Amino acid sequence: MSKGTRIGALVVLAVAVFVLTSALYTVSEVQQVIITQFGKPVGDPVTTAGLKVKIPFIQEVNAIDKRILEWDGSPSDMPTKDKLYISVDLFARWHIVDPLQYFLRLRDERSAQSRLDDILGSETRNAVAKHELIEIIRTTKDRIPLRDSLLTGAQQEQKMGSLVPIRKGRKLVELEIFNAAAEKVLVFGIELLDIRFKRINYNQSVRPKIYDRMISERRQIAERFLSEGNGEAARIRGNRVRELNKIQSEAYREVEEIRGLADAKATEIYARAYNQSPESVEFYEFTRTMQAYKTIIADNSTLVLSTNSDLFKFLKGMDPAPDAGKE
Amino acid sequence: MSWQPGNTGRPGQRSNGANPGAELEELIRLGQKRLKQAFPGGSPRGKVGFVIVILLALAAWSAYYTVPSDSVAVVQRFGKYLKEVPPGLHFKVPFGVDVASIVPVKRQLKQEFGFSTPGAQDPFQSARDGRQETVMVTGDLNSALVEWVVQYRIADPAKFLFEVRRPLSTLRHVSESVMREVVGDRTVDEVITIGRQEIETEALIKMQALSTKYEMGISIDQVQLKNINPPGPVQESFNEVNQAQQEKEKLINEARRDYNKVIPLAEGQKDQRIREADGYRLKRINEAEGDASRFNALFEEYSKAPEVTRRRIYIETMQDILPKLQSKIIVDDQIRGILPLLNLDAPRNGEKP
Repeated sequence: MSKGTRIGALVVLAVAVFVLTSALYTVSEVQQVIITQFGKPVGDPVTTAGLKVKIPFIQEVNAIDKRILEWDGSPSDMPTKDKLYISVDLFARWHIVDPLQYFLRLRDERSAQSRLDDILGSETRNAVAKHELIEIIRTTKDRIPLRDSLLTGAQQEQKMGSLVPIRKGRKLVELEIFNAAAEKVLVFGIELLDIRFKRINYNQSVRPKIYDRMISERRQIAERFLSEGNGEAARIRGNRVRELNKIQSEAYREVEEIRGLADAKATEIYARAYNQSPESVEFYEFTRTMQAYKTIIADNSTLVLSTNSDLFKFLKGMDPAPDAGKE
Repeated sequence: MSWQPGNTGRPGQRSNGANPGAELEELIRLGQKRLKQAFPGGSPRGKVGFVIVILLALAAWSAYYTVPSDSVAVVQRFGKYLKEVPPGLHFKVPFGVDVASIVPVKRQLKQEFGFSTPGAQDPFQSARDGRQETVMVTGDLNSALVEWVVQYRIADPAKFLFEVRRPLSTLRHVSESVMREVVGDRTVDEVITIGRQEIETEALIKMQALSTKYEMGISIDQVQLKNINPPGPVQESFNEVNQAQQEKEKLINEARRDYNKVIPLAEGQKDQRIREADGYRLKRINEAEGDASRFNALFEEYSKAPEVTRRRIYIETMQDILPKLQSKIIVDDQIRGILPLLNLDAPRNGEKP
């Protein structure tokens, strides 16, 4: 072959390759494509993946995402029906169901996100303003909370530790926002899949009030514990005094009873012995008096005795009259 | 450029299966050598040959890929899903015709909320805005700080890649939303102390349901709560409650201790006194009985000879008493007054008339 033909062949090859690359394009699993010709869309959107053909150079490929996309709103402050300022952060899921419509109305994703910001933002604000804060926080209407057994007494006193009741709940509010917004975005070829509250927090200005309330609640519980403790301690102390008195007085009573019985019994025994006959009475008096003399008449006593006594009568004579002069 | 034929026969070279890369290199070199032989000399042709060789090298390099043992690869041809490929070394059509995306399906991945462990490679493992995600409102309109971890796996790689854009970011949002929903149904006491287990379980169930509904190809394995605290300014008063509880216990225990110190002792003393009284009773009765029987015995004998016994007792007693007296004065009964005769200074013997 000659050199010229060879170069010509190479040039033809290059041109062919060039045209081919403009005529072929790939559609990924995550894409759907609108073909535009001189800026205007032609034909149906290409939604299946693979290698496709188009008119080179004249037609352009505009790829649109086929996947489920996310809208994440930035947190914004808004008031609830009960005048609490909260910061609300939502997220939503959407996808492009009508790529042609989407392409015509919005053209690219930045405008789509901005539209969603507007629509979802305003619908959220509406819904939040129509409901009390608790409707957005809680979901299950009739949930009974677990109670901390240690705190229960104190809490019931202060009416704390229970859930604030709701009528609708978070799910229904989300549904309201969803229904209102879904309609509005349909015209852009967008289908809204769902909406969920991501974060709900008290606004900075509201927080001190909430914290104060929490602090005072806890303080009340603490004080109640202290007073309960003191009360119980006082009760126990009172009990102690009462029990002590009771025991000691019972002891006294029983002791006296026993002593009384003892004395009575002893007296009975003595009487039985000493009183068995008039002679025993007299004999007892005699012996007992003799006994008494032994202790009464002691060392340094002075006794004046008569010679008429039974002991000294023999001093006068050998044989004085028996029992004479005895007084 | 040092392609030497001698390289192929070098001793110590590894065998086929263990190092296919080296083998390919060898093939490339052989091809190059042959091309060079096909186009001997001439610089334009040499350059073309060189370019062709480079292209072949690039083709070879982009034609094989390894899938790590904890992953699979999803292969797309011209963008269209082709197949799922297990771990190992595989070949694909080069130059961008086939694209292989590697998805770690066996590894357990996690996302952290409210805190972060450093050194994470996944950008979605921790939050972008730090502390914000821990603050939550509870069902009794109080506030709490909650940290937690979600552990998940990629269960369906095709869904993970194709259904949702940025599924991990969606997972983060789902996780936060669910946790707030669950916490929002509970009192602050449940969140901080007694309801943790329940919260973890319910959050897991809800997240799994949402993950399935959203078709992210992710399966949630576990939700674990980490630190949960009342908000900063309030923490001290929560501690006060604990302290007050302990103080209450202490007061009651002290009172009980005092009670226990005194009452059993008093009971014991009561017992003691009763026993003592009983002892007194026995003593009295025994003494009385002893005295009585002694008297009875004496009286019986006395009754047999009263006069004599009487005198005997009388005289014995006198004999016992009188010697001890300091002074005895025996006066005749017919004397009217003893005073003139009485010597009060020397009371040794009585005077007799």
